[in-house]
Amino acid sequence: MLRAEWTKLRTLPGSMIALLVAITLTVAFGLLTAAGTHTSCLGGPCPDPPVGPDGQVVTDSFSFAHRPLDGDGTLTARVTSMTGIITYPPPHNDEIVNEMVPWAKAGLMIKDGTKPGSPYASVLLTAAHGVRMQHNFTGDAAGPPGARWLRLDRKGETITGYASADGTSWTKISAVRLDGLPRQVQIGLFVASPSNVTAEANGRGGRVVKARFTQATAVFDEVGPGGGWTYDGVGRTGDGTDWEKFHQPPGMRESGGSLTISGSGDIAPAGREAGPPLEQTVAGLFAALFVVIVVAAMFITAEYRRGLIRTTLIATPRRHRTVVAKAGVMFAATFVTGLIAALLTLPVSLRLLRAGGTFIAPVGFGVGLRIVVGCGLVLSLAALLAYGMGVVLRRGIAAMACAVLLVVVPHMLATTSVVPDEAARWLLRVTPAAGFAILQSIPAYAQVQYPYAPADGYFPLAPWAGLGVTALWATAFVALGVVRIRRGDA
Amino acid sequence: MRANTIEVSRLCKRYGPAVALDDMTFTVRPGHVTGFVGPNGAGKSTTMRVILGLDRADAGTALVGGRRYAELTRPLTHVGALIDPGALAPTRSGRNHLLWLAHSQRLPARRVDEVLDLVGLAKAARRHAGGYSLGMKQRLGVAAALLGDPPILILDEPFNGLDPEGIVWMRELLRDLAAQQRSVLIASHLMSELQDLAGHLVMVGRGHVVADEPVAALTGRHGSLEAAYLALTRTEVEFRAAR
Repeated sequence: MLRAEWTKLRTLPGSMIALLVAITLTVAFGLLTAAGTHTSCLGGPCPDPPVGPDGQVVTDSFSFAHRPLDGDGTLTARVTSMTGIITYPPPHNDEIVNEMVPWAKAGLMIKDGTKPGSPYASVLLTAAHGVRMQHNFTGDAAGPPGARWLRLDRKGETITGYASADGTSWTKISAVRLDGLPRQVQIGLFVASPSNVTAEANGRGGRVVKARFTQATAVFDEVGPGGGWTYDGVGRTGDGTDWEKFHQPPGMRESGGSLTISGSGDIAPAGREAGPPLEQTVAGLFAALFVVIVVAAMFITAEYRRGLIRTTLIATPRRHRTVVAKAGVMFAATFVTGLIAALLTLPVSLRLLRAGGTFIAPVGFGVGLRIVVGCGLVLSLAALLAYGMGVVLRRGIAAMACAVLLVVVPHMLATTSVVPDEAARWLLRVTPAAGFAILQSIPAYAQVQYPYAPADGYFPLAPWAGLGVTALWATAFVALGVVRIRRGDA
Repeated sequence: MRANTIEVSRLCKRYGPAVALDDMTFTVRPGHVTGFVGPNGAGKSTTMRVILGLDRADAGTALVGGRRYAELTRPLTHVGALIDPGALAPTRSGRNHLLWLAHSQRLPARRVDEVLDLVGLAKAARRHAGGYSLGMKQRLGVAAALLGDPPILILDEPFNGLDPEGIVWMRELLRDLAAQQRSVLIASHLMSELQDLAGHLVMVGRGHVVADEPVAALTGRHGSLEAAYLALTRTEVEFRAAR
């Protein structure tokens, strides 16, 4: 039955040409966009953003008072005070306020050198999220509440973080392994303060993201063992802000037994601010989506229009199996279409973008594979949905319109900022457009304060969960189609 | 010999207030062509669709070879049907139309070429079916019906659109098929054609059988099949016209 339906599909020249057109549209859109994209910084090529040990783009800039550590060792300190400023925050944007952003950080760190992106582990106090143990940019574990004392202990490649409220009874937060950590590392105290980022809806649609300079200052005492500190502004570029020039430069001050460090920046995974995400290269898939919806709906509705459905049901009278076999063939054909489109587009687009000076955030093999397979699945599930609609409605135009309305329109509304962020999130949770989450290469992180929004390509559901929503919709329509075709006369 | 009979038993079906089948009962046996005649709207098409499992009867049964059509595996090897010769995808070639049907019955592609030769469509087989004349579509439909070499054939108006040569060919083909001990049910309005061709006749009106007997018996009583038809269906037509 599957073979018969495949023969049927492949012997319709229109369908096969349409699927080729879908591939061509995706590839052409991707390559033309990539070829036309050029990025440069002040006349020269842009420096690549730092890449963390796990291969993802990171932000790695902070104030670091450090000294070398050979082999195993421990560092303990108490954070006696932590203060900060935010420049011209909303609502009035007219003054510098003495406040800290929630993820302002002060603590201890062991790092493989001072090069941005190098492996590290840290135990730290934050402005609003208590004590944490963080490592290698994405690792984040919460420590005990109320602690001010921090301790970092290295044994080989394993680093253990502790926190304490009184300096005598210690709680272990977590032990992490930094693979390949050399014998000599840098150990020390650090301060970072991420920018204050807000997003406002623009009256005409779209949104404006604003980032404001912030700075945090922490006083450490009871530092043991102390002494021998070197200061570095890790990952620091440019001349600095007016605040740093005229009020408080970033740096380290030692007085008596205490160490005061001021600094800005963050130690965290980066988002799309580092460069366009990988999935932007397959944006042409959106055009392919229309083609696939038409092909899938027609696959069944044309049979109704010509009366061919009777021949089909005479040849294969078990109607539910016939409907499912057709669905399977449509799924497979469109899945392969998406897969080929992705495999043709991605490598060439990436090379072209790179040649044009544009940095595309690298992704791991798993994420890359998910996006390639995701291109196939997004197309095939949309096709399945349109096909199911076709079985239910038996009218080509109606089925196509419904499929576009359910899959394409919510995605457009949600990602172009024409509806408020929260409404957009709901659209991407409950409509079949949720499945586009499978293409999201850069996740949203809890330990980063950023106005993640669908308009920037951040989906409310995890990749496979989002795809699951779409799959449920598609399956539901095919199931409805089965019910419909089994009930009535053909 | 139930293996190649069509047994229609007490079929009833309504479409809303309209009665399509009203206790329709007859049996088609192998060895001769059975004509299936009656005025438009008498229930011929509905009966055939119920036999083929396309429409559901409100009551009664229709069995092919002793089984319901929907229960057949590889049904085209049990029953061949020509219902609507125009039911084709216009851009698919005639050969490919038969090819997907063959695949659906797990028949080899070789069989497709055999039936194409049999119906004389071998030359046009690779052209788009949308460009076929009605006669060619009929031949393609017959090819599809014969694809599974079935012991039972159900053909709706097989002579439609055929040229004189095609009519002669079709007549011989149907005779041969019946002579091979197949059951052949032909719905047609061409009484003169059936008079020469059919051995048995099922005449229906208003959803039930009004005559079910050998053609020879009918022509013996009424002189010709046409006269028999007009005599036997008059009441049915008048009754309906008066309603």
